[in-house]
Amino acid sequence: MGVPEIAIETSGLVKTFGSTRAVDGVDLTVRRGGIYGFLGPNGAGKTTVIRMLATLLRPDAGEAHVLGHDVLTEAKVIREKIALTGQFASLDEDLTGIENLIMLGRLLGLSSRAARSRGLDLLAAFGLSEAAEKQVKKYSGGMRRRLDIAGSLIVTPELMFLDEPTTGIDPRSRNQVWDIIRTLVSGGTTILLTTQYLEEADQLADRLAVIDHGTVIAEGTPGQLKAQVGSGALTVRVLDEADREDAARVLGEVIGADVHRESDPTALTVRVDQTARAAAALTALEAEDLGIETFSLGQPSLDEVFLTLTGSPADDSAQGTPDETKAGAR
Amino acid sequence: MSAVETTEEPGGTAAVHTDKIAGVLMPTGARPRRAGPLSASLTYGWRALLKIKHVPEQLFDVTVFPIMMTVMFTYIFGGAIAGSVDGYVQWLIPGIFVQTLIMITMYTGLTLNRDISKGVFDRFRSLPTWRPAQLVGALLGDQVRYTLAGVIILTVGFVMGFRPDGGALGVLVAFALLLVFSFSLSWVWTVISLAVRTEQAAMGISMFILMPLTFASNIFVDPRTMPSWLEPAVDVNPVSVVVTSIRELMAGSFQAGSVATVLLYCVVLVALFGPISMFIYNRKS
Repeated sequence: MGVPEIAIETSGLVKTFGSTRAVDGVDLTVRRGGIYGFLGPNGAGKTTVIRMLATLLRPDAGEAHVLGHDVLTEAKVIREKIALTGQFASLDEDLTGIENLIMLGRLLGLSSRAARSRGLDLLAAFGLSEAAEKQVKKYSGGMRRRLDIAGSLIVTPELMFLDEPTTGIDPRSRNQVWDIIRTLVSGGTTILLTTQYLEEADQLADRLAVIDHGTVIAEGTPGQLKAQVGSGALTVRVLDEADREDAARVLGEVIGADVHRESDPTALTVRVDQTARAAAALTALEAEDLGIETFSLGQPSLDEVFLTLTGSPADDSAQGTPDETKAGAR
Repeated sequence: MSAVETTEEPGGTAAVHTDKIAGVLMPTGARPRRAGPLSASLTYGWRALLKIKHVPEQLFDVTVFPIMMTVMFTYIFGGAIAGSVDGYVQWLIPGIFVQTLIMITMYTGLTLNRDISKGVFDRFRSLPTWRPAQLVGALLGDQVRYTLAGVIILTVGFVMGFRPDGGALGVLVAFALLLVFSFSLSWVWTVISLAVRTEQAAMGISMFILMPLTFASNIFVDPRTMPSWLEPAVDVNPVSVVVTSIRELMAGSFQAGSVATVLLYCVVLVALFGPISMFIYNRKS
C-alpha cells in the first residue's frame, strides 16, 4: 500500500459566508507525522479551514486533498481515516462518559461488548474511570477535553484535527492535554491543531502557519517564526530605585534596543532578539554592581507576532499571554 | 514517557498516564468494518432513548399534553357536537389520537434544531457512517415518545367510555399505522427545522401548517356539516385520510383501500422530505 508522504495539501482554498471571505485562498502542505499548528486570533479562519478538511464544510473554490483523497469527491474515504475534536466539546452532554464512548464505538462498527470494553480501557487510560457513569455536563473543562480526545481514539486515526484543544481549561489540564497529544504523535498519528497561543504552538508544533483574515501570512518552523519576531521581552527590577537609570544605560548598550521605563519605578523592559543577549546583559549589570531583585524573559505574545508580521495587532480579543487570554477566549 | 501525577478536580480520577494511553492505542489502519445503515440508525436511536432516561422532563409534552387534549375536547365539544359526551367519545377518541400524535411530531423537529447546533453533531458528521442515520435514529427514538403518548390517550379514552368494536387487534393495527404515519410526517418538520435559523421560527411555521391541517379535517366534526366549498379540501387532507383509516380499523373493519392510501401518503412524505432534509443537512455549516 503506497502511503502518501503528504497528509494535507490545499491550493487556493476559499470559503465565504455571505459577504465575509472567512478563508481567502489558503495554500498549505502538511507532511505526514508530527504536529502541524495553525496559529491565529479568533475569527482568522482556522476553524473554517479545519471544517473543510474534515469534510464538514464544502469549499467554495480551490482544492484540498487529505491523505491523498479529494475532500469533495472522496469525503467518505477521508472520514474513515480522520478524527475531529471540535472547539466546543464534540460530546453528548446529556449522556455519561462511558455512554458517549460506547455510542461512538458502535458507530465505528464495534460490537456492543467490544465498544464497552474499549470505552472502559480508554477511560482508564485517560484517568476518567471514576467519572464513567457521570453525565458529561457535570465534567470539568479538562475532563471534557480528555473524554473528547478519548472519543477520537476508539479507532486510531491517521490524521487528527484538534481545534483549540486547550482553550478555556486550567494550566494543569493543559499540560495533560499536551502530553496526550505528544503520545498520539509517537503512535504514528499526524495532528493538525489550531491555537491562539504562541506558547502552545512553540511547545507542540513541528511546523506552523500563522493565519489572519483567512490567509496564511507566515509559515515555517517555530524557530524560524521566532527568529522573525524575536525572543520576547526582558524585564528587570532593580533593588534600588536610584540604580534604574544606570541599569537602563547598561541594558541599552548590551542589547542595542530601546529600554522602556515601566510605571513601577524599579522596572525596565527591553525587547531582545536573541536570548544570549539577555544573558550578556544580566552579566553586565552584575559587573557594574547594580543589584537586581528579579528578572524575567517572556515569550513574545501573539500580539507581538502579529505586530511584527503584519504591522498591526491581532484583531479580536486575542492579546497578551496565554494565561491572560485563556478565560476570555471563545 | 513520563506520567503527569495530578490530584484531579473533584469527580475526576488521579492521573493521566501517557504510557497507558500509548498502551490503548490501536495500530493505525486497524479498524473494524464500519457500522451499516441499520446498525448506525439503531445506535442513534439508542442515544435518543438514553437522553430520555437522563432527562425525563422532556416527556412532559407526551404525557400531560395528550391528557389535556382528550379531556378538554371531549367535555367541551361533546355535548354541543354529538348531543352527549358518551356518544362523542366513540367518534372523537380515534381523531384526538391522530391529532395529538401529529402535534407531537412537531417537537421532533424542534429537538433536532437544538441538537444539531451542538458540537456533537460535528463529530457525527465526521464519522464514516451512512449520514441519514443521524436523522433516522432521532426519529426512531421519537417512536418511543409517540407510543407513550398514544398509550396515554387510549387509556384516558377507555376511562371516559371509549369502547372500540375492533377490539385489541383493531386498536393495535391502528396504532402501528399511526406510528408509521407519524414517522413519515416527522420529515416535514425536519426540513423546516433544518431550514430556519431559530427554534421559534420552526415552531411558528410548524403551527401555521398544523392548525389548518388538524382542524380542517374530520377529527372533530363530520365534514358533511361544513360549507360545500370546504368539504373537498377536508376530504383530501391527509389528516382526514389517516383519521378515517384509524376509525375503520378501531371499529373492526379493515379497508385495504384506505390503509393503502395512508401508506402511499407515507411513501410520498419520506420520498420528498427525506432527501430535502439530507440535502440541507449536508450543506449546513
